[in-house]
Formats: sequence, structure tokens, C-alpha cells
Amino acid sequence: MKQTISVLVENRAGVLNRITGLFSRRAFNIESLAVGVTDDPTISRITIIVDSGNNVVEQVEKQLNKLIEVIKVRTLEETSMIGRELMILKVNANNKTRQDIMTICEIMDAKVDDISPTSMTLELSDTPDRLDTFQTMMRPFSILEVVRTGVIAVQKGGGKI
Amino acid sequence: MNGAQALIRSLIEEQVTHIFGYAGATICPAVDALKEHPEIGYTLVRTEQNAGHMASGYARVSGKVGVCMVTSGPGATNLITGIATAYMDSIPMVAITGQVPSHLLGRDIFQEVDITGAVAPFSKHSYLVKDANEIPRIVKEAFHIASTGRPGPVLIDIPIDIQNQEIKKFHYPEEVNIRGYKPSVKGNELQIKRVAQAIARAKQPLICAGGGVWLAGAQEELLELAERCAIPVVKTMMGLALMPSDHPLNLGMIGAHGNHCANKALAKADLLIMVGTRAADRAVVDPKDIQRRMATIHIDVDPAEIGKNMQAAIPLVGNVKVILRQLLDLDTPVTDSAAWLEQLQDYRKAELGRIFPHREGYIFPGTALRRLGAQLDDNAVVCVDVGQNQIFTCKYLPQKHGRLLTSGGLGTMGYALPAAIGVKAALPERQTVVVCGDGSFQMAMNELAAIRAADLDIKIVLFQNNVLGLVHQIQNTAPYHGSFGVALDGSPDFQAIAAAYGIPSLVVRDEDQLDQTVAEFLGTRGCCLLICSVHPDVTTND
Repeated sequence: MKQTISVLVENRAGVLNRITGLFSRRAFNIESLAVGVTDDPTISRITIIVDSGNNVVEQVEKQLNKLIEVIKVRTLEETSMIGRELMILKVNANNKTRQDIMTICEIMDAKVDDISPTSMTLELSDTPDRLDTFQTMMRPFSILEVVRTGVIAVQKGGGKI
Repeated sequence: MNGAQALIRSLIEEQVTHIFGYAGATICPAVDALKEHPEIGYTLVRTEQNAGHMASGYARVSGKVGVCMVTSGPGATNLITGIATAYMDSIPMVAITGQVPSHLLGRDIFQEVDITGAVAPFSKHSYLVKDANEIPRIVKEAFHIASTGRPGPVLIDIPIDIQNQEIKKFHYPEEVNIRGYKPSVKGNELQIKRVAQAIARAKQPLICAGGGVWLAGAQEELLELAERCAIPVVKTMMGLALMPSDHPLNLGMIGAHGNHCANKALAKADLLIMVGTRAADRAVVDPKDIQRRMATIHIDVDPAEIGKNMQAAIPLVGNVKVILRQLLDLDTPVTDSAAWLEQLQDYRKAELGRIFPHREGYIFPGTALRRLGAQLDDNAVVCVDVGQNQIFTCKYLPQKHGRLLTSGGLGTMGYALPAAIGVKAALPERQTVVVCGDGSFQMAMNELAAIRAADLDIKIVLFQNNVLGLVHQIQNTAPYHGSFGVALDGSPDFQAIAAAYGIPSLVVRDEDQLDQTVAEFLGTRGCCLLICSVHPDVTTND
């Protein structure tokens, strides 16, 4: 089962190294990981997706908490969080296919970032599932490149971690 | 004042009395600053790994943080095993390493290595100092982190230019404030009540005590709980010597290499109270089976230990000493364990009366250890190495009110001799004995020089069987196909080695001579080596 763990850490060199090192050492698998600074410039927020059972996630949380530079760890409930990922996708496009690609973009709410006589570069921010769908729909046009950021997430409502 | 002087000043603020180290180019400023402070003792080790083990021995008997200091590159990498050994046994330690100049970091220059990166998986925390003004704060934090919560090694890596940097003003902080580090101390009241209820219900309760009890200094509380509630006690290797061997509630060591009576008790208990132990594979071979068969209580300072190896029914997180005191204050009920205790006494008697095999011209380690134990001081510290010697000592050396120090977690050969040197630095008057095999002795015998240099009274018992005994034993058990690569051919004449360091030695090959030889050995002034000739085919199951 995929679970989303939010981690607040000291915004210092080497912290990310400690986190990823912990995952490899304890044999936990990371599905995705995204980092960025928070409103407080001394704190970064890391969003980690792990695909494991509850016991493993509990151990991940506890081991993360042991790192001195980790300030807070919280597993976000699937039903009460907003999780988004950004994808930039470059696809082959010509006079024949461009309109079909545009139709899919309109359906999925994707944006065109760049266009050339032979290609289109598209941008979509959505849930990982919908990004997968979009990617599947683009495959017949021959995808040149895909870049995804990994999920970032917050819990719904006025609370914070 | 420069960074190096600020470092030594900070160590003095932390009441450091001894440093184990090895100088080298990038740590020279710190060594130079140390020279001005004769109040801090200094031991020059013969290889950096042993600086870690000495600091460990020092920390374990003094209850203080052990300190070691080495140079960059190979000095730091040699120290790695010492740091990992301390980490696996949760020993409070601060390791200081020199580093190449900060503006050259990452260029792979002479004696540069990323030591903070290298030790990340097995250190509690580490610092790479980038500004000398931060040294007092960092040292304060390092000692705090090393010694509180679940103790462990902390590394401070200081580039040479930072050691030479002038600081603005030396100010040693009174307090630390690390927002991500707030270890629990007190146990949850509700959980403690549940523990008391579980104890009251139990007919066949058992305490399993580990190294965490020593680390928290909770020996008295443990004994009080066991005696007041009439609960027998088994120990892990790290918890050994928590109770005298002849205590009626003592059942010895559990585990794959433990005492039969301890394992039998574990197999038949209806309530297991684990105190300061992680229940790793060597102690608890099948944790799932135990979970299924009995109620379990797990008391530990590290929340991550709860549910890691074993899923306890009642977890209790906090300082073991504080929690046991909370439990004792609850007017803990006496369990109805009389029948259970009687049954266990039979097992215990069978174990203590165990007759060891005898081979003409050889000493059986179990026999030697029983005889040695009978003659040791009441509070002697015994440092034991790794291999068959470790198993024999942990199983059969009679414990009184002293300590038994060994590398329980990492199983580092060559630990005992340097650890004993560390013990002597903390407790110069305490009887200190090393037990090792001829394999482990050869990993550490260069430190005889450190013993000689300080004229330390350390007694070394060497079981010589000319083979790596435990591996030899494993190789002769399925699925393996016999011994290979374990004969210690080419070993030196150990008496000649000792003599070369000016250390007297004795050899014993006849068990009838044991008592007399042990008496002579322990009565010798200063360091002495006792070589016991052991048959190579002896196994720990004999």
C-alpha cells in the first residue's frame, strides 16, 4: 500500500543524504521523494512515498525521528490529504497529430509549454494516477522525454503537521 | 584563541579526563592545544581502531562519554570499526577527526576522506565544522547527543584551517536546544499500570535484561523489581553481570550461545519483561514464536526498538531507570511464582553442576573460567573478546559485583585488550582482566605497547588453540564441509612476544595446575599473560 510521509527537517547541507542513507540501510523502498524549503527558511519539507505495509511505515517513521536533524514526521491519511505531482512531457508532434494531442491536453487540463515543427512540450500538475493516464494517452504519439517531480502533499483543512 | 584551543577548552568544560588518540598532520593543531593541558590524560594507541575501543571501555565503566581523537584519511577510516562497535552497543562516545583544509574539501587531496559520510549509517550523529566559532556549541551538542536518550557515538570532523582559525570570544553554552532531539525520559503512567497488572496476573514471569540497564545505571532498580516481585532474570550478552551468578533469581544468559537454564526459562514463561534490550537474533532466535506463546512487555529508551525485532503487547518508552522506579513506586504486587522458581532452580543447579570434558595436556576453557572467577576480586572488570572465548566466558565465568565488557552487537575481534586499557584509564585501581583467543589477541597485541608505556596492571588470559575456534566449529557443522582457512599457522611464540614488551607470562597445560597458576598470575605485579593451551576441536557445546 502506498503511503505518504511528510518530514520537516533542518534546512542544512547533508540532511537529505542522511534521509536517503537511512532508507537504503534499513532496506526501505522509496517510491518518490520531493524536497523544498518551507515558509521558515531554516526548515525544509520532504514528502516521501513508500509502498509498504503499516509495520514498515511505522519503523520508517521511528527511524526518521531518530535522526537529529529531523524535526517532525507525519504519515498523511490518503483520504484527508491533497497530493500533487508535476510532469513535463515532450512528445513527437506534426501537422497530422497536433490536433489530437491538443484534444487530450484539453481533457486532462495540461498546458503547452513549447512547440516546434516536430514536437510539443506539455506540462501537467495532478495526482500521480492522472499523470499516469496522461502519459498512457501520449504514448501512441511517441514520447521523447518525461520528467516527474515526485509527489508533494499537505493535509486538508486548517491543520498543519 | 584558535579553534583547536576552543576544542580542548570545550572538552575540559565537559569534564573530559582522558583522550585516546593517534596524531597526524591534520589533527596537529588540536594535539598542540592538548599539550597545554596535562589535566587531560592521553594514551597513544597503536592503531586508530583501538582508540575507539579504549574510549568504549572507558565510557562503560565510568558512565561518562569516551573521547578519541585521530587524524584525517586513514586515521579516520581505521577508527570506523571502533565507531561501529560503539554504535551497535550504544556506547556514549565522541570521536574527533582532523580533516584537510576546508577550501580543498572534495578534491581528493592527500589523506582526505569523507568520514562524516562514511560513518553515517552507524553513528548517532556527526558534524563537519565549517566555522571555529561554532566549536563550543557543537562540542556541547555532541556530548549531549552521545550521552542522552539511547547513547551512541558522535563524530566531529574539523578541517585543519578551522582548527587554526582565531575565534571571536570563547563562550561555552549552558544548555543545548536541538529542536529535532528530545528523548523521552518518563514512562507513560497508563502503560506502567498495565505492566503492574500484567505482572500481578503472571504465574511464570521472566525478566530479560540487556545492556540498556547498564547504560541507564538501573542495576539497583532491576534487582529491586526482581526481588520484590519474585521474578527470575535472564540476561542478554550486553546485560551480563547485572546480577551475581549465585543470586537465586539469576538464570544466566539467553540465546543461541546462552545457558540452557536461561533458554528453558524463556521457553516456559508466560510473561516476558524485556528491559533495555533489542532482542536481536543472537539473543532471541525466534521472536515470532515468543510473541505467540506469552505476553510481552518491552521497556526501552529508543521508540524505534519497539516493534523492530519483536512486537510487544505492552510497549513502554523512556529511561529504564526512571521507568523501573515509577513501577516500583506503584506498590508492585508479588507474583505467585513459587512453583515456577522451584522448577527453575532445578535447571540452574543442573547448569552450575555441569561437568566439563577433560583432555590430558589441555585446558578446557569452561574449567579455567570457573577457577579464574573464583579467585577474582568481587568487583573485577573482565573484558572478553569475540569467538569461542566470548561464549565460554559469558556462559561460565562466575559473576560477582564487577563488570563483563564485550563487543556484543558488532562482534569485533580485538575489542577486549584495548577496552581494558580504557577501563584502566577510568579506574586505575580496579582489577582488570582480558580474556581472548589467539585469533583475537593477534588483532590487538600491538597495544601491549600502550600497556607497557603506562605500566598498566592488566591481566591477560589467552586461550591458545592455534585455530579460529568458533569458525572452525561452524565449518564442521552442516551445511559446511569442514575446516578451511582457519588454522593460525605462523603465530608467534606468545611468551616471546610478551617478553619483548617486558611483560611476564605463564603457560598452563594441566588442569590440576590451574588454581596454583591462576593465583600466581593474578598475584604478579603489573601486566601478566596467562596462556591456556586449548585443544583445537573443543566446541562451545562441549
